[in-house]
Amino acid sequence: MTETKKTFAIKGMHCASCVNVLERTFKKVEGVSDANVNLATEQATISFDTKKVDEKKLAKAVSGVGYEMVMDNSDTNHDHMKMEKKEELKKLRNKVALSLFLGGLIVWGSFPGLVATSPKFLQNFFLQFLLSLPVQFWAGLEFYKAAIPALRHRTANMDTLVALGTTVAFIYSAVVTFFPQVFGATKIEPMPYFDVSTIIIGLILLGRLLEARAKAGTSEAIKKLMGLSAKTARVVRNGKEIDIPMEEVLIGDIIRVRPGEKIPVDGVILEGESSVDESMITGESIPVAKVAKDFVIGATINKNGSFLYKATKVGSETMLAQIIKLVTDAQGSKAPIQRVADLISSYFVPIVIMLAIATFVVWYDLGTSNVLTFALLSTVSVLIIACPCAMGLATPTAIMVGTGKGAQNGILIKDAKSLEIAHKINTVVFDKTGTLTNGKPEVTDIIVAKDQRLKTKDLLQLAASLEKVSEHPLAQAIVTKAQSEKLSFEKVQGFKAIAGHGIEGTINKDKIFFGNIRLMEKEKIEIKNLLKDIENLENEGKTVMILAVNKKPQGLIAVLDTVKDSAKEGIANLLKMGIEVVMITGDNQTTANAIAKSLGITKVLAQVLPQDKEAEIKKIQKEGKIVAMVGDGINDAPALASSDVGIAMGSGTDVAIETSDITLINKDLGSVSFAINLSKKTMRTIKMNLFWAFGYNIVLIPVAMGILYPVFHVLLNPIFASAAMALSSISVVTNSLTLKRTNITKI
Amino acid sequence: MDKIIVTIGGILGIFFTLWFFLGKKDSKATEVNDSVDIIVKGGYSPDVISVKKGKTVTLNFIRKDESSCLEEVILSDFKIKKYLPLNKKISIQITPQKIGKFDFSCGMGMFHGKLIVKD
Repeated sequence: MTETKKTFAIKGMHCASCVNVLERTFKKVEGVSDANVNLATEQATISFDTKKVDEKKLAKAVSGVGYEMVMDNSDTNHDHMKMEKKEELKKLRNKVALSLFLGGLIVWGSFPGLVATSPKFLQNFFLQFLLSLPVQFWAGLEFYKAAIPALRHRTANMDTLVALGTTVAFIYSAVVTFFPQVFGATKIEPMPYFDVSTIIIGLILLGRLLEARAKAGTSEAIKKLMGLSAKTARVVRNGKEIDIPMEEVLIGDIIRVRPGEKIPVDGVILEGESSVDESMITGESIPVAKVAKDFVIGATINKNGSFLYKATKVGSETMLAQIIKLVTDAQGSKAPIQRVADLISSYFVPIVIMLAIATFVVWYDLGTSNVLTFALLSTVSVLIIACPCAMGLATPTAIMVGTGKGAQNGILIKDAKSLEIAHKINTVVFDKTGTLTNGKPEVTDIIVAKDQRLKTKDLLQLAASLEKVSEHPLAQAIVTKAQSEKLSFEKVQGFKAIAGHGIEGTINKDKIFFGNIRLMEKEKIEIKNLLKDIENLENEGKTVMILAVNKKPQGLIAVLDTVKDSAKEGIANLLKMGIEVVMITGDNQTTANAIAKSLGITKVLAQVLPQDKEAEIKKIQKEGKIVAMVGDGINDAPALASSDVGIAMGSGTDVAIETSDITLINKDLGSVSFAINLSKKTMRTIKMNLFWAFGYNIVLIPVAMGILYPVFHVLLNPIFASAAMALSSISVVTNSLTLKRTNITKI
Repeated sequence: MDKIIVTIGGILGIFFTLWFFLGKKDSKATEVNDSVDIIVKGGYSPDVISVKKGKTVTLNFIRKDESSCLEEVILSDFKIKKYLPLNKKISIQITPQKIGKFDFSCGMGMFHGKLIVKD
């Protein structure tokens, strides 16, 4: 049997009974084993035997009951968007071309200076009226279509202003054309302004076209991520390697990856070795060597070797899917700075309408000549020049580009708020184990106390037997060492772990304690004979654990966790930026100091129990510092949560992503300064955008009202007002896009 | 004379604008237990939605407005930003965990709706 499961979009569903009808219809088709129809997503997931039934048959059954099944299952929301956008842009282009062409003709026939060069017929008001009709009511229809329903909700937006402005100019011009006698008594030379109404529409639509194109660039990063996923996987089934679509890969499937191929889903290598280019996920450009038991990430590219691996995560669980979800979520969140812009936008349009009315009244009442024309043109200018769009675009476009750029460099930002706060960080607290160090400690020294007769092997055996039960990161080092020496493990009774101290248990009726000095002090075990050795080892940055049998110290085992390659440079970068760096660890002061010194860290918080890390962070915050805590996201979740910005290193596991504000999937410590810099540059872009958007409206609205006229005799032509308006939103989006090319590493 | 008429007309116009746009009261909340269809046309209908804390509800947005202004809906408190294709039902499921009033808006923050989460 060749059973497959596929999801199709269904058109024409309205209610819950449609679901029943469709499910029944599907199940009646021979070869369909299961059907699940979802009204909310308008999708049907069908399990069927490809030998007995094909998609066409299914679609026929569906159409028989009055619905439509879309066979191409790539018919997702996203493609809809692309298709619709394409169609929309095409329509917009036509409208722009027509408006500017007809508007151009009218300008030629009416604009002072140009009018003398134009053919006589173009100067005819009636012809101008006819030329302006398609612009006003076909090209400009979308302004009405948006403005009228909005008015029903008693709200107003950008379209309301444009519709209002162009309608005022158009109606005035029409009245001048058809009933010039109305103005006879007012000593006004009647002149239509069809050029104004048409060119405004043309330019604003042109602005919209350019803005839509630029805006598409802001979501490029996420589109790239979505395009990374492999299409097929070569799965071993029944001893044969077959290519199947990605969606059909199941957890536990054994997958073959050949040189140059994309790894389809997340998993663990079973056999073979290779180097893998993970740059698309982690931002790390150097390929990573992979051998058996190593974790591979879906969507990364296998370089030279071939290997078999077992799928451990598929579908929405893969790291790529998680990353896409996280970035999408972040782009849907709002930065605190945007609240101000939002507040202003909600009052903006009504205020502009009121200002426009006031402009008309003041011009009409105080003007000296041609008052109606002046009043009218200024009113139209005010309505047209105001641009709430620029304010609305200022923050989200920059956040889109910023979070996208982060993701491309292996930095996942949870939400816009985290991205905003990160630029204020002035203290970074690093957890030591697993963050600054590789988290894979190794046993370096085993020393038996001089007055004891125990052999080093016995000491290691006792310690390893106890540690075998423990989950502490240091335990693994001791167990591995014992295994490499081929030692057996003794049976342990009454095992107990004492957080921040060590462990205890009974082996062959001997009560054994194994842990740090604090444990010995707590148990009142005298360790004078070992003090010298301990001091020497700790000065080398090693962690020392003492073994006591029946309250007598037998010797010690020293463990060293190597420092990550990227640690030194990463910390130097932060110090260069003027950020205080703190190391927090459960190690004792001497060991901690030795490691901190090698990294250039001067402030060390040593002997901090895991549960006290949170309190230490709060203490630093009380000094008025904005603190970022960098940890592994698993053991130090409370500390990450209580810091201003919690940064988790490594894996894109759910836990790390949940607890942290920023996740560094590239494990590179240099990313901490990169993330802070990214935040700084994004915030700078947002502030610049807001400054332009607000500044633009604050400066140009009064100019449009005619504030410069009494002194300089300058009055803004509504055509220039529309050009300025179109430019303002494009400039904001373009400014956000420059963030893409900004070099973040430069401070 | 005409100046007086224009002045009075202008002042009335300003007050009308003030009353019309800024003087509107919140519409009555639509209680939602399971799912609700929200028509997106010049705003959101209904625009005030009341839901129970901890209960999963489905908001079906159907955009009937061609204006690109309303092409995205943002529920920033729930970190949701969705593109709304024209005349297509886009369902958003949420399970609010906090009591309060949460705004939802179009991509540029010009059109607003409210989600009231009650106990």
